[in-house]
Amino acid sequence: MNLIAKTRSKYRYSLILLRQLVITDFKLRYKGSALGYVWTLLRPLALFAVLYVVFVYFLRIGADVPHFAVYLLLGVVLWNYFTEVTNNGLSSIVGKGDLLRKLAFPRYVVVVAGSFSALINLLINLVVIALFMVINGVPFTFEILWLIPLIIELFVFALALAFILSALYVKFRDINYIWELVLQAGFYATPILYPISMVIAMSPLAAQIMILNPVAQILQDARYFVVTKESLTITTIYDNIWMHLVPIAIVIVFAVIGVLYFKKKSPGFAEEI
Amino acid sequence: MSNNIAISVQNVSKNFRLPHEKADSIKSVFVNPFNKSRKKFEVQHALRDISFDIPKGEFFGIVGRNGSGKSTLLKIIAGIYQPNKGKVTVNGRLVPFIELGVGFNPELTGRENVYLNGALMGFSEKEVDTKYKAIVDFAELERFMDQKLKNYSSGMQVRLAFSVATVLAESDVLLIDEVLAVGDADFQRKCFEYFKQLKKDKKTVIFVSHDMSAVREYCDRAVLINENKIIFSGTSDEVAKEYTKLFLPDIHEAQEIEEMQKSAKKGATGGKWGAGGIDIAELSVSKKMFKNTDKDIALSYTIKASVGFADEIVPGFTIKDAKGDPIFGTNTDILFSKNKKITISSDKDITTTWSFPNIFNEGKYTIEPAVLSGSNGVTLQWWDEAITFRVINEQSTPYPVTPDIAFAITE
Repeated sequence: MNLIAKTRSKYRYSLILLRQLVITDFKLRYKGSALGYVWTLLRPLALFAVLYVVFVYFLRIGADVPHFAVYLLLGVVLWNYFTEVTNNGLSSIVGKGDLLRKLAFPRYVVVVAGSFSALINLLINLVVIALFMVINGVPFTFEILWLIPLIIELFVFALALAFILSALYVKFRDINYIWELVLQAGFYATPILYPISMVIAMSPLAAQIMILNPVAQILQDARYFVVTKESLTITTIYDNIWMHLVPIAIVIVFAVIGVLYFKKKSPGFAEEI
Repeated sequence: MSNNIAISVQNVSKNFRLPHEKADSIKSVFVNPFNKSRKKFEVQHALRDISFDIPKGEFFGIVGRNGSGKSTLLKIIAGIYQPNKGKVTVNGRLVPFIELGVGFNPELTGRENVYLNGALMGFSEKEVDTKYKAIVDFAELERFMDQKLKNYSSGMQVRLAFSVATVLAESDVLLIDEVLAVGDADFQRKCFEYFKQLKKDKKTVIFVSHDMSAVREYCDRAVLINENKIIFSGTSDEVAKEYTKLFLPDIHEAQEIEEMQKSAKKGATGGKWGAGGIDIAELSVSKKMFKNTDKDIALSYTIKASVGFADEIVPGFTIKDAKGDPIFGTNTDILFSKNKKITISSDKDITTTWSFPNIFNEGKYTIEPAVLSGSNGVTLQWWDEAITFRVINEQSTPYPVTPDIAFAITE
C-alpha cells in the first residue's frame, strides 16, 4: 500500500512539473517577437514556399512523384521534429543545471518536457500540411490515421536518443558538436529532399541499407499513407512486409538503452554538472 | 521505521571525486585512455557515517563550520545528492528551501512564476489556485502580478519567492538552509517570524546554520558536524557551546594576534593614513585574549610629533568586530565635551591610556586608533586595523554587545 501511494505521488510530481515546463517553454518561445505565435505557422509556410520554388520549378527532382511539394514538406517537417527533440533533449539536463542542483525532482521530466514542446510544434506543422493537401488536391483517406503510430514511433526513437545524449552531455561537452555533425550527415543520408527511387536507380543495396534507418522508414511510410502510394516503403524495397520489424526493433533497442543509461546516470547529475 | 519518526538518517557517507583534469572532452578520453599512471581523480570525503533520527514536530539543527559537510548532508536529505553508503528515509512530504525562487524566469510574469515555482515544489495548478491570493497578499505585490519579473526590483523578487515558498510549503518536513536568512533586516525579521510560526505549528524542520543565536532560539535539538563527522549531538544549547569550543584551540589565530600585537607595539607603518605631523606608536592592549571574568580592557598608545610640529590634538579610537562593523568609538572631545585641550610638540611625546568595560560577545575585535587636529578637525593620523584582540564569552548573545546587567526582584 505504501509502495503504491509512493509511486502515485512520484508520478503526480512528474506530471505537474511536466505540464508546467511545457507550458512555460511554449510561452517563452516567441516572447519578445512581434508576430509571436504566428511564427509557428509562418515558419513551415515559408519553408514550403522555398521547397516548392527550388524543387518543383528549378530542380524538378520529383517530377515522377505526384504532389511532390507536399511529399517534400511532410518529410522535412518530420525530420525537423526529430532534430528538435534530440537537440532539445541534448541540452536539457545541462541547461537546467541550476534547478538540478537545488531540487530533487525526477530528472527525466526535463528531457520529456523538451520533446513535448517539439510535439506541439509538429502538430501545428501538420495542420499547415493539411492545408496544402487541400490546395494541392491530395485526397484525404482514413489511412491518414497511420500517422499516429508512426509519430509515436518517431517520438520514442527521438526521445530515446535524447535520453542518451542528455546524459552523455553532462560528462562530455563535445557531444553537441558531434551530434550536429551526425544530424547533418543524417539529413542527406535520409531520403528527405530526394525520392528514394533515385537511390535505387543507382544502387539498390544503398537504398536497402538506407531504409533500415527508423527515420527513413517512418518518413516513407508517412508519405505512403498520407500523400501518395508512389512512395516506396521498406515493404516495397525489400518486397517483404516483415522487414518493418527491423527499424522497429532498432527503436526498441535504443529505447531500452536510453532508459537504462539515463536511470543509471541521473542520480549523479547534480554533482557532475 | 517507527511512525513518529519524520526523518531517519542511517550511516550516510558521501565521497566526491574531484577530477585533477576534468575529462569533459572526448579527446582526453581517446588520447590517453590507458595511461593509468596519471591519477584521474582525488576522493574527497564529504561525510562519514552520519546517523540520526528526527521525531515528528522537532525543530532540528545541523551545525558546523564552513566546509564541514553540513550543506552536503542537507542535499542528501533533500534527495539532490545520492549517498555512497547508508540511506535516508523520509516519512511524509518534504520541501527543501535551499534557495529561494528556484526556476524563476525573468521573462515570465509574477503570476506565471508563482505557478512555475509551485510546480517545481510539486504543487499542481489547482493547489496553487487555492492559495494564490494568500501568496500575493503576503508578498504585498497585488499590483505587480501581471508584470514581467524582470521589471521587479530585487527586493520584490525576494518577497515573491519567500511568499510562494512559505505559503505553499504546508508540508510535513521542511529543510531550511541558512542562506534563507540572508537579506536586509526587514527580510530577516520576516524569516524569523516564519520560523516562530513553524515552531508553533509543530512542523518538522531541519535547519542548517552556523548562526548559533538562531540555533539556540529555534532548535530543540541539534548535531554538530566537524570534519565530516558528527562530533556532538544534544540540545541546541549544548551544541552551541560545543560549537564555540571549536574555535578556541585555534593556534594559528592566537599566533596571528600575538604577531599583530608585537608589531603594533613597535609602531608599524602599514595601514596608517592622514595629514601627518604626528605618528602613533607603542600601541598595546592589556591582553591577547579576554574571558568573561576580565572586566576591563586597557588600551594605550604614544603620540610622537615630527620636528617643528605643534598643534592641539584630539586622540581617540574605534573598535570593530570581525565583520568590520564598528561597535563603538570615542575621542577626547567626546569624553570631555570639547573641554580638554591637549597640545603636542616635537619636544615631548604624549602617551594616552584608555580603559573600557569588557562588554563584548565571543569573537575577534580590531582597534583603530586615530588622532585628529584640535584646531581644524583634520585627521592627522588614522591607523586601520592596528591591533586585534580575542574575546571568549560563553554567555554570548545575538546582540551587538553583552554588558553586565544588574537585576533585582522586588516583591
